[in-house]
Amino acid sequence: MTSNEKGSWQTPKPTDTWKDVPRAGVIPRGGNASEYITGGWRTFRPIYNADICIQCRLCWVFCPDSSIMVNEDGEVIGMDLDHCKGCGICAAECPKEGAIEMVSEEY
Amino acid sequence: MNLATQPENRVALTGNEAVAHAMKQINPDVVAAYPITPQTEIVQIFSGFVADGDVDTVFERVESEHSAMSAAVGAAAAGARAMTATSANGLALMWEILYIAASNRLPIVMPVVNRALSAPINIHCDHSDTMGARDSGWIQLFSENAQEAYDNTLQAIRIAEHPDVELPVMVCLDGFIISHAMDNLFMLPDEMVTKFIGLRKPEYSLLDVDNPATYGPLDLQDWYFEHKRQQVEGMKKALDVIPQIAVEYEELTGREYGFFEAYRASDAEALMIVLGSTAGTAKDVVDAMRDEGHPVGLIKLRTFRPFPMQQLVSALAGRRAVAVMDRSDTFSTAGGPLFHGVRHALYDCERAPLTSNYIYGLGGRDVKPHDLRKVFDDTLRMGESGRVSQPITYLGVRE
Ligand code: SF4
Ligand code: SF4
Repeated sequence: MTSNEKGSWQTPKPTDTWKDVPRAGVIPRGGNASEYITGGWRTFRPIYNADICIQCRLCWVFCPDSSIMVNEDGEVIGMDLDHCKGCGICAAECPKEGAIEMVSEEY
Repeated sequence: MNLATQPENRVALTGNEAVAHAMKQINPDVVAAYPITPQTEIVQIFSGFVADGDVDTVFERVESEHSAMSAAVGAAAAGARAMTATSANGLALMWEILYIAASNRLPIVMPVVNRALSAPINIHCDHSDTMGARDSGWIQLFSENAQEAYDNTLQAIRIAEHPDVELPVMVCLDGFIISHAMDNLFMLPDEMVTKFIGLRKPEYSLLDVDNPATYGPLDLQDWYFEHKRQQVEGMKKALDVIPQIAVEYEELTGREYGFFEAYRASDAEALMIVLGSTAGTAKDVVDAMRDEGHPVGLIKLRTFRPFPMQQLVSALAGRRAVAVMDRSDTFSTAGGPLFHGVRHALYDCERAPLTSNYIYGLGGRDVKPHDLRKVFDDTLRMGESGRVSQPITYLGVRE
């Protein structure tokens, strides 16, 4: 098992086998939840329209996946599509029609 | 004379007392437990050792068995040597967490004092509790008497924590028959136990803040299957490790352990396979029938999980007939869990004996020498006739 030496652990490659990955799914590092890309679970994608947004930040408050991205000044700048699961809560809570639109993901 | 069998190490203890003393000698880092008959005494006696300062254990009094196993899981993931004990419905309440302990490869050792599951409510011995957990990924060792319960508890620590295994172990002992009956046994001196079990060396620890690790992450279609395959490998490796630890233990104590004990079995034509305390009665019956010239013998299975399929096949090949004794039922109408394992193991055996199943002793129903003699008589007859007239018999029930 070379891939899980402490500190140098890498996400398993698709060619790895059950012999290569750490036992029991242990990840030999902490603070790695953000590396789990959950964006692929999405059926609907939020489209952010900065021209309509009034920066009330309600979407940022309500997003259950911490996927509303803000800049240094705390201003909404869009969605983190690697982690946004497409629940549509941001669009439902947004007071400005058209600031967030949910569109179907097309595969 | 072997140090471990010197007279000063000979004690009279009940099964529960013997296990509590084994736990005292193990001195686990954490014990989390909830009382349930007939296990209660183990933890009650152990809590006395905690109160008296005889052990360094952090003793957690939790609100249920679900919490007891959860606390043991957390402690074991932190790197601790964690133990608990339970019986029957307590084990059933741990159900969800049993799987989590095994799949997280946490070497928790848990004595289980076998008791019937409700309903109707019954506190006496049968194996339906641990048989219900037979596919949870735990290693299961069965004991014939207090000596074996003690010896199995000590060996369980080594088996569970072996780096090739890293799986939890249930040490099964029959409720009341072993747990509450006074027995005569040898204990190891404390320092011998300390040396034998050594220190747990976990690969990862939740408390190692310099090397943080994440336990129990989400694991979906991508790698879950691989982790299950690894878990099977742990069980396969246990088939190598269990005899190795037994050899080491025998060097200390002179007491022999393996996957099973074959009693007057080498030339027997009719064999009985049994788990737990019934083996003691069966040995007496074998002796009596041997004196009368009947070629009978006994296999007392110690290791039910992993199931030592090949070793059993070697022991059974070429015999005429085998009676498989189950102290629990599967309610499948296809026989008990041990019967399923044994018959399955024999399917590819060219010289397979005929097999029949006896469900007995449910809810603590006594099994007496004349009951077992009837089983041997039937089994000898089955061997002579060359056919199984009754595959499943409910032994000792009012018909
Ligand atoms: S759709 Fe849901 S998950 Fe995605 S950004 Fe909006 S609130 Fe967050
Ligand atoms: S809720 Fe709508 S208007 Fe408010 S910050 Fe978010 S996108 Fe802009």
